[in-house]
Amino acid sequence: MSTIQAKEVRPAAPLRERYRIQPSSGWIPLDLRELWNYRELVYYFVWRDIKVRYKQTVVGAGWAVIQPLFTMVIFSIFFGRLANLPSDGLPYPIFSYAALVPWGYFVNVMSGASSSMLSNAGMIKKIYFPRLAIPLSSVFSAGLDFAIQFVVLLLMMLYFGISPTANIIWLPFFLLLALITSTGVGLWLATYNARFRDLRYIHGFIVQTWLFITPIAYSSSLLNEPWKTVYGINPMAGVVEGFRWALLGTDTAPGPMIAVSGLVSLIVFVSGLYKFQRLEKTFADII
Amino acid sequence: MTDFAIRANRLSKKYYIGARQEAFGRLSDRIGNSLTAPFRRIGKILRGEVQTAAMLEEELWALKDISFDVRHGEVVGVIGANGAGKSTLLKILSRITDPTEGYADMYGRVGSLLEVGTGFHPELTGRENVYLNGAILGMRKSIVEERFDEIVEFSGIDRFIDTPIKHYSSGMYVRLAFAVAAHLEPDILIVDEVLAVGDLNFQKKCLGKMEDVASTGRTVLFVSHNMGLVHSLCQRAIFLKEGRILADGPVEPTINAYLQSFEDSQGQNISERSDRKGKGDIRLVDLRILGNDGQPTTMLATGDPVRFEFLLDGTVRKMTCNFSIFDQLGRPVARYLSSQRGEADQVDPELGTTFVCEFDSFLLLPGSYRIDFDVRGEGSLQDELQAVATLNVTEGLFHGRRMRQLERSNMYHFYLPHRWRTPVG
Repeated sequence: MSTIQAKEVRPAAPLRERYRIQPSSGWIPLDLRELWNYRELVYYFVWRDIKVRYKQTVVGAGWAVIQPLFTMVIFSIFFGRLANLPSDGLPYPIFSYAALVPWGYFVNVMSGASSSMLSNAGMIKKIYFPRLAIPLSSVFSAGLDFAIQFVVLLLMMLYFGISPTANIIWLPFFLLLALITSTGVGLWLATYNARFRDLRYIHGFIVQTWLFITPIAYSSSLLNEPWKTVYGINPMAGVVEGFRWALLGTDTAPGPMIAVSGLVSLIVFVSGLYKFQRLEKTFADII
Repeated sequence: MTDFAIRANRLSKKYYIGARQEAFGRLSDRIGNSLTAPFRRIGKILRGEVQTAAMLEEELWALKDISFDVRHGEVVGVIGANGAGKSTLLKILSRITDPTEGYADMYGRVGSLLEVGTGFHPELTGRENVYLNGAILGMRKSIVEERFDEIVEFSGIDRFIDTPIKHYSSGMYVRLAFAVAAHLEPDILIVDEVLAVGDLNFQKKCLGKMEDVASTGRTVLFVSHNMGLVHSLCQRAIFLKEGRILADGPVEPTINAYLQSFEDSQGQNISERSDRKGKGDIRLVDLRILGNDGQPTTMLATGDPVRFEFLLDGTVRKMTCNFSIFDQLGRPVARYLSSQRGEADQVDPELGTTFVCEFDSFLLLPGSYRIDFDVRGEGSLQDELQAVATLNVTEGLFHGRRMRQLERSNMYHFYLPHRWRTPVG
């Protein structure tokens, strides 16, 4: 016992930590400890984003409610009424809204993360901190809008008289999947946006195309196997269908499609994290 | 245990820059280039030769083989002309960017202050920004809380601490920003000329704070163009030129080496100099200083008439010509801008590509002065050159008064016309 205590005695002069600055090359391990040291910074970035987001607007946080509701109305009129798309036996408004909520989160994270590197360029050029804190804060700050929209979704379920089934215990899993997918895509875009400004011009196009290849206005039950499983390559397909299944209790259990989505999502996430980390030190030079 | 704070070993940094020489190429080449360039660029990307759009440009070594050691408690000034690599060195040591080659060991917590107020958000209040900025600089919330009153007191804006800072004056903004950074208390402090802002009182306060930092055994690395500041703050200086260390040692001889280098660069023809900044559509090719007798000179007496002629190699829309005068220690003395029009100013079509600035009486006190030049046009900086000329001012007569440098030379710069009324005795 006494020997252990002896080891814990601190030296008289505090030992200064040493840090070596050198060119980064090859595989760089993810420095989670450094990110953890700066966790308060992530917190402050999120807090700043949220605090500033609806300043000097008339409707304020109401925009978080209005945007997806308005899209839902448009979808209900054009796809639900006029095109008469099937909605898995659910009222079309809630069928599309339940998909629009995770989709909105995905788009917010994606846009936030990809533009975040440029909008924080001043800081990146002048101050050191783990760069990952910037896109990560978009991931969290988009969470507030999501939470508001989720409450509206619950109210709508109440209105349409839909009670959740036992499937709801899977909801956290789909939340996590939405988070990982959004973060992964956001990191890729953040990396590319910093290096090639061309991305800014195709961002809107990417979002629009992705919206149409994701089962939001329609249901993936339109597809037969094995195509439905292949469809899971779009990770948002798994997220959206999973949300519907877990919350609204559609009888279209995602099955193999969700497995494919989960796998793709994980690959995008890990590779995005790696790519970002590898180019982190060059951002200050090229932004 | 050694007492080193920083050990830099052969640090080098390569940048990719836009090819400036193209501006001098033949027009037909340039048109041909701009048509084929996009295809060549896409080809390069497809072949995997480049990873970013910036890499399509020409390369430049901003730093080459920089080695030096700094001991704990040393206050070191980093000096050098524009583009010598000072900022790049600080950025590498602050971990903002990676070196291309070499390494540096930092012993202790590094705090860097390359720009005051980066990360301040205009919509947030002063109080909120103190916490946000503290976090950006790497301070724990508990530490900011602990030092909060001190920070506010130092900044002197306690009345407005709960006002969004978009309503602050620029002086208040800077004061608050420096106050946060000044309370960072790292082992190694890296500072880039942030003191050039704020009023004189606040500058003194900042200097005092930096002296405090140094006297508590912390290490300070300080970049400045103001040799007076470097002289009073640092014991040692490192002189960089074109990315290399030219001198490293006690502050006085190093500053002299730096100032000497300005005079050396004047041996060079202005049109042949390459240490320029700016877009380069128009450039300065010659500067003539015409004295009393209308002949080119570099010697003037206080009170003499003088005429500066800046000859450019072309014209662009909305050009404005500016020049600044610095004293022997690199302290700014005066700046003249053609954009600030006065009643006596004229537009003269016969001048061609020359700007002329005339003084009926040049009222600088005796001493040696350096002239920096810049020209702007079409909304951007076109050309900037440091030390285009040195002006030696000697004793002169002005309205019957003999103007000589006073006992502490280099201290006083201006003569303002005046008269005395003295009692008998």
